[in-house]
Amino acid sequence: MLLSIKNLHASINGKEILKGIDLEVNYGEVHAIMGPNGTGKSTLAAVIAGRDLFEVTEGEVKYKDKDLLKVPVEERAREGIFLGFQYPVEIPGVSITNFLRTALNELRKYRGLDPMSAVEFLKLMEEKKKLVEIQSNLTNRSVNEGFSGGEKKKNEIFQMAMLDPVLAILDETDSGLDIDALRIVAKGVNHLRRKDNAFLIITHYQRLLEYIIPDYVHVLFEGKIVKSGGKELAIELEEKGYDWLKNT
Amino acid sequence: MKEIKTDTKEIISKERMIGLFEKNREGLFMTDSEFMSRIRKDAMERFRELGFPTTKLEEWKNTDLKASLEKGYGYYLHPVIDVDVQKVFHCNIPHLDTAIIAQLNGWYVSKDVPLMELGNGMILGSLAEAFKEYPRIIEKYYGKYADFTSSGLTALNTAFAQDGIFIYVPDNVSSQKTIQMVNVIHHPESIFLQSRNLIILGKNSRISLVHCDDSYNQQASFANIVTEVFIGENASLDHYKLQNMNNDSTLISSVYFNLEQAANLESHFISFNGGLLRNNTRILFNGKGGTANVRGLYLMDRKQHIDNHVFVDHANPECTSSELFKGILDENASGVFNGHVLVRRNAQKTNAYQGNKNILLTDTARVNSKPFLEIYADDVKCSHGSATGQLDSEAMFYLRQRGISEENARMLLMYAFANEVISKISIEPLRLRIEDMVKKRLRGELSVCEHCVLHCNTPERPLEFDIDVTKI
Ligand SMILES: Nc1ncnc2c1ncn2[C@@H]1O[C@H](COP(=O)(O)OP(=O)(O)O)[C@@H](O)[C@H]1O
Ligand SMILES: [Mg+2]
Repeated sequence: MLLSIKNLHASINGKEILKGIDLEVNYGEVHAIMGPNGTGKSTLAAVIAGRDLFEVTEGEVKYKDKDLLKVPVEERAREGIFLGFQYPVEIPGVSITNFLRTALNELRKYRGLDPMSAVEFLKLMEEKKKLVEIQSNLTNRSVNEGFSGGEKKKNEIFQMAMLDPVLAILDETDSGLDIDALRIVAKGVNHLRRKDNAFLIITHYQRLLEYIIPDYVHVLFEGKIVKSGGKELAIELEEKGYDWLKNT
Repeated sequence: MKEIKTDTKEIISKERMIGLFEKNREGLFMTDSEFMSRIRKDAMERFRELGFPTTKLEEWKNTDLKASLEKGYGYYLHPVIDVDVQKVFHCNIPHLDTAIIAQLNGWYVSKDVPLMELGNGMILGSLAEAFKEYPRIIEKYYGKYADFTSSGLTALNTAFAQDGIFIYVPDNVSSQKTIQMVNVIHHPESIFLQSRNLIILGKNSRISLVHCDDSYNQQASFANIVTEVFIGENASLDHYKLQNMNNDSTLISSVYFNLEQAANLESHFISFNGGLLRNNTRILFNGKGGTANVRGLYLMDRKQHIDNHVFVDHANPECTSSELFKGILDENASGVFNGHVLVRRNAQKTNAYQGNKNILLTDTARVNSKPFLEIYADDVKCSHGSATGQLDSEAMFYLRQRGISEENARMLLMYAFANEVISKISIEPLRLRIEDMVKKRLRGELSVCEHCVLHCNTPERPLEFDIDVTKI
């Protein structure tokens, strides 16, 4: 088992957002999480990644069979957890190249590897840039600064490709993307999809799931997973909307 | 030289300075020219009225000199070289005797020539010597820009001014190499010093000037330094003020820039360390079409205090000024930014910007930021901005989520913040050196002995910043 969440409750400023989540993700699986706005999808992603803004009040999260909740953010990342942010933050003055090189070398150090040489690093960057079809000068710019919505999302996928995570959580990476950008994002995910990693894909629309075929679909509603199923559940949701869930 | 030292370890007070002045009026200042003697006298009179600034003055509301003045300092009316000059400047300044314009405790240091006239007509060296050798230049420029009627400290400096740096660049002369002015404070006991610099750029001339204030040991010091800079018509000055003083130092550095028509100034104030630092920067557009860009970066911690006062006088039309000061304050450090842009009635088509941004790393660090525009002309473009906050927690999370340690994430963000100022440094070896110093400072690894931009030409530091004045 890669990720196991049991009865997870989390709140912010005393307001409970997650109200008992159960979820299991195995290696090699792609899970989609769907649900209306404001039901706690991003909160769930943030809690797994270790954002201390949210307080876990009950329940447990195990990752690689170890308790995850006490582990600092950066160590979770080094153990392979990657969060593709719904709203990637702009960091003026920090170039993508410098940032990613720092990140990659910290990951390597954690795994007992030597830092990557500048040449190797640049080669890797070129390769991954091609994968997500981002302009080559984008990486000289400050992280997300002045990027269009699409560029920000592609940049998240680019970083994911560079860091090659074990558990990638993509939080509404598809929102606001046109069909071409969506296809690129899907291509990035499908390219990385392997037996030894897993994806948690948070999305609003069934659209993305036409390109990334999930193994499981879960519906998150008011802080709880109210329904789980196969990929056909996504289609059902698309047709019926979320209103019918209120009665379940 | 008899009475070289006076009043060891006494506190600095108005009475002490008046007494000291009177005592030397018939002695030391006897050799003054008539011109100098009149300026001294007028300045002293003004000092008697103004005294040292107190927090009752609006300009000094947030910077209290009382504790600094009361520490007790010796005052010297002659250079005291009871340290090995070679040792003080060892490593940091290669080729001391020919290349660098250096001051030790406010006195010009040279092994042989106190003042050099170069082939292209440039004059570099000791101000004391220039008083004697170039009275005509002195009388034309000296004391014309550093207005002592409005500042007790400038009045006091003018009353006592004995030595400092003199730089004269004739019309149409451009210096390829950067000139370095290094003022090191180093004395076995605490001292009060007042040096005076005069820098003159003739029409269409151009120089780069690195101007450093450094301490060498941990002794307390109080320095009241005044620098006058005349930038002639269509001349350009690229100016860098770097400060790395010890935690017991008090430095009041007042720089008066006068820009003639279409003159251009790029100025950078980089403060790495210091007990109490006050930079008074005054810019006067004395002709049409001038440009002045002033940037500052200060990195303070412990109980350090930094105060940047920038006054820009748009006295003429079509001038552009911009100020950007950025600071990172840690522990109990405090900062002041006071920017005042005055746009006079006739100064149409003025373009002015003022900005101050601060990061406070602790709850106990403080900053007082006051950008202020005073506008009497109507056809102008002026704006200002001020922002003070903590390190962006969203950005911290983003960086850490990618595996970057908290420590490195902080470094990346702080460095990025500082880099907006550093990246504007156009002299590459200087920029690299300052980048290195800023990184060290942010990691808490910068030593007070790390002087300015000069260093040994050793294998681990292959970057030599060597200036041979003879080649300027
Ligand atoms: N930083 C925050 N401060 C206060 N409330 C928040 C914060 N972040 C999220 N919330 C609240 O938590 C709830 C769930 O938000 P979120 O997890 O972003 O939902 P989703 O991603 O499903 O749209 C919302 O009611 C939202 O207002
Ligand atoms: Mg969300």
